[in-house]
Amino acid sequence: MSKVRVLVGTRKGAFVLTSDGKREKWDVSGPHFAGWEIYHVKGSPADPNRLYASQSSGWFGQVIQRSSDGGKTWHQPGTPPGEPPAPGPPKAASNKFVYDTSDATGKPLTTHQFYDGTQHPWEFKRVWHLEPSLTDPDTVYAGVEDAAIFRSTDGGENWQELSGLRGHGTGPKWQPGAGGMCLHTIILDPSNPKRMWIAISAAGAFRTDDGGKTWKPINRGLRSQYIPDPNAEVGHCVHHVAMHPSRPGVLFMQKHWDVMRSDDAGDSWQEISGNLPTDFGFVIDVHAHEPETIYVVPIKSDSEHFVPDGKLRVYRSRTGGNEWEALMKGLPQSDCYVNVLRDAMAVDSLDMCGVYFGTSGGQVYASADAGDSWAPIVRDLPAVLSVEVQTLG
Amino acid sequence: MIRVILPPHLRTLARVRGDVELEVQGQVTQRSVLDELEARYPMLRGTIRDHVTQQRRPFLRFFACEEDLSHELPDAPLPGSVASGKEPLLIIGAIAGGLMGYKLPW
Repeated sequence: MSKVRVLVGTRKGAFVLTSDGKREKWDVSGPHFAGWEIYHVKGSPADPNRLYASQSSGWFGQVIQRSSDGGKTWHQPGTPPGEPPAPGPPKAASNKFVYDTSDATGKPLTTHQFYDGTQHPWEFKRVWHLEPSLTDPDTVYAGVEDAAIFRSTDGGENWQELSGLRGHGTGPKWQPGAGGMCLHTIILDPSNPKRMWIAISAAGAFRTDDGGKTWKPINRGLRSQYIPDPNAEVGHCVHHVAMHPSRPGVLFMQKHWDVMRSDDAGDSWQEISGNLPTDFGFVIDVHAHEPETIYVVPIKSDSEHFVPDGKLRVYRSRTGGNEWEALMKGLPQSDCYVNVLRDAMAVDSLDMCGVYFGTSGGQVYASADAGDSWAPIVRDLPAVLSVEVQTLG
Repeated sequence: MIRVILPPHLRTLARVRGDVELEVQGQVTQRSVLDELEARYPMLRGTIRDHVTQQRRPFLRFFACEEDLSHELPDAPLPGSVASGKEPLLIIGAIAGGLMGYKLPW
């Protein structure tokens, strides 16, 4: 019997929600890492019981957690599970994210643009997104703030920056979005292990075709009226990018404003906002079996980070964009003022595709019928930062 | 035996309850105590001081004997009563108006 495991990161801990394939009754486990901000939890496609979690705190900094049993138990990679290790030189470096400045592979640390337009040094703050390899449970990528991408090939024990991204030349033009200068999206190409995409707020989208050595900005067609040159090569506040694994050349983007689409792996973009009530938002995702069916949650504006008119509505396009329908059955349609953050939507791959999202109000909603109807799995978690789904069995 | 009191979140990471007791060789300073603490509990590396610069994280404070030692030099000797184990070294998560997770023992 198939099973679904939903991995939820919140402002005050992680939760693991499980159900059978009917997705009617749910078991809620957590909080794990209570009191800590859990920006992201994600499972390995190569070993579904291998999970990685980004745990962080303004006081204590970054911690990486790993589970080998689907989230029942956790430990920091490089430290033995259970008891503390015997005395000796400390080895734990799973939270050591150091920008590469080496002569051999690193570029000199540049500066980036700060909120006030001055140049500012790169400073590591936290891991926003963890993307496990499609084929190796011990290989995982981390998107961090200040924006950079790191890779671990030993299960998160040690991390190395893929410095070609930060060093390719436009770094001084990158600037923080309202949430910080974060690398929040990492997409691996299932048909080409050398290719991946990342997105940074606020710099834009980038692609590598050589396994992360070199990167190029892929922002042609993006237009952002809030920057001095609306058509600039970099500086766009991309909020999230999604791809269907069967069509790696087709990308869907929720930009700060505008919903966009690329049919050439990001080389050019076209707007597909169509009849959306507002094209500001954070999440975007693709149906598991219908590559032209996409989902967004429109948010009123960048100054009012909540849904329009007090109504929580997911919008679905079955035409790859432009034509959108509001999905509201089971969702609150009055007095609702929540936000849905960029990593807080995911889909399962059961025959009838399930769609999940979490809100700033602590609700996690699920639809077992591709969005036609919704029900809350839980209503009162801490504010939800991320939602991922694993389809098991 | 040096006694260190960790904030609750770091106790959870280190999987300890109550005070941590450490044997510190040589002079008892912030640096030597933290070196030994991180050797015993590697999972705390990077959570109290930066991995590379070894600077105290900005929102953490060090207290002992009712004094704020946060801005003492890392190699300055800690008070004798800390070195003797009579008084603990407190590592504290600071927040405006209070001390995170603590009811101070005095």
